[in-house]
Amino acid sequence: MKRLTPYLLVLPGGLWLAVFLVVPMVFMASVSTQEGDLVNGFAQTFNVGVYGDVLSQYGTQFLRSAGYGLAATVLSILLAYPVAYWIAFRGGARKSTYLLLVLLPFFVSFVLRTVSWKFLLADEGILLAPLKSAGLLPGDFHVLQTTAAVIGGLVYNYLPFMILPIYVALERVDPRTVEAAQDLYASRREAFTRIVLPLSLPGVFAGVLMTFVPMTSDYVNAAILGGPENTMIGNIIQTEYLVNNDYPTAAALSFTLMAAMLVGIFAYARALGTENVLEAAAR
Amino acid sequence: MSASEPGSTGGVRTRPRGRAGDRLLRVYVWLVIAWLLLPIAVMIVFGFNDTQSKSNVSWQGFTAKWWGRLDEYPQLLDAVDYSLKIALLSVLVTTVLGTLMGLALGRHRFRGQGATNLMMFAAISSPELVMGASLLSLFISTGVETGFWTVVIAHVLFSLSFVAITVRARVVGMDASIEEAARDLGASAWTTFWRITFPMILPGVVAGALLAFALSIDDFVITQFTTGGDVQTFPLWIWGATRIGVPPQVNVIGTLIFAAGVAIAVLNAVTARRRGT
Repeated sequence: MKRLTPYLLVLPGGLWLAVFLVVPMVFMASVSTQEGDLVNGFAQTFNVGVYGDVLSQYGTQFLRSAGYGLAATVLSILLAYPVAYWIAFRGGARKSTYLLLVLLPFFVSFVLRTVSWKFLLADEGILLAPLKSAGLLPGDFHVLQTTAAVIGGLVYNYLPFMILPIYVALERVDPRTVEAAQDLYASRREAFTRIVLPLSLPGVFAGVLMTFVPMTSDYVNAAILGGPENTMIGNIIQTEYLVNNDYPTAAALSFTLMAAMLVGIFAYARALGTENVLEAAAR
Repeated sequence: MSASEPGSTGGVRTRPRGRAGDRLLRVYVWLVIAWLLLPIAVMIVFGFNDTQSKSNVSWQGFTAKWWGRLDEYPQLLDAVDYSLKIALLSVLVTTVLGTLMGLALGRHRFRGQGATNLMMFAAISSPELVMGASLLSLFISTGVETGFWTVVIAHVLFSLSFVAITVRARVVGMDASIEEAARDLGASAWTTFWRITFPMILPGVVAGALLAFALSIDDFVITQFTTGGDVQTFPLWIWGATRIGVPPQVNVIGTLIFAAGVAIAVLNAVTARRRGT
């Protein structure tokens, strides 16, 4: 009985993950090589050629998504690092208050936050209308339906996921190591680049994992803040699945996206250690 | 380099510059926080906007009338109702399953532990889009009709690992000798669990459950893929409304959810501090 205990404990949750996470991936792969339509039904024809088709047809959107994801990730690191640094080293007794402030957006629904940005940035909205009537901006100036709006929205929505892991890593840095470096005649800059920065890199890596993946596969920001020129791969997958009901194409696209992401994630996690990334992700 | 130079000038030269840098950094941090909070402020304020048309974009004057007119959109209230029901149900299942998993992973060494960790890692790091798409593929292929229960299944799936990890962290940090002492004093395994283990891991369980609730009530992507036409949650209703204009009632409900969330988070932090955990 005692030997069975861990298995009994882990079984219900493990089965849930296996049945609803692993098995569906197999079904998705299977759907992707089927042919047919919603009316006449889909039949398995092992049509592997669909992968070539979707890549040539939607290669632009794949590349665009990767580009947006990359740009938004880099921007997030640049924006988040100083914030995390300041809270960790200068936050004093109010650290948890600052963290709560950074996390406040999570208490508003993701879609509602994005819609709120649409209000703010509307062509005749509360930000642009006064600037336009004051003659500071040309009348046809707009932010919505641009690449900048989509990337800005992505950075906004996922920034706390970058701040938190970097903060956790910086929090663990013993201030005495910095003092020691300065005692050994390191300048402030050297103490930062040679002590603090390397020690905080695991946090940056965890942050990249937690932001790049969801940002690249996002479709909410492109749909609400972007225009037809900003369509990301997520928008295509969403439309093919839920609007056009072209399941094979949609499944092939998602499977390609997943494969690309998983290869990346596992190479990344292998290099850095799964446990560490998991732990950072859980905080 | 003379011997006296680094100790004296180094300190004098860097400190004032450091203070100016600190001040700049402080301003920067507050700017980022202001940027993060700006859309929330807009959401709250525009819930009081005396707008005439459906598109609630420009300020027309103050009114609190929308707070009394929530029932103007019955489907919106249904959506909020679905959101709450789905969140409560999925939290219940997730908390039980996740706590058991956390106990197993934190306390025991067993075969398949690596595979379990790997699946949990995959559940956390897979894009929501892919999880939703593959679940929909499963439901389509097996002829399961999507709706309320498929959404609950999906919500349990994406929050399970977070609860398991939170509880595991608590279990690992717990002194096992207290349990052993209880057993030595003749307590059964069952009694030991409920009188010793469970109270000690409870803060982790509560934190995990709150996180699962927050994840569930906010979820959009996986919900959109796993729901049928009849069951709409609050975020899905907003998504549908963006095309025709989001009414101020959405801002009011958003404000209420925000206030409740903040209150619970603060309460949880205060009780945790009082308990000394």
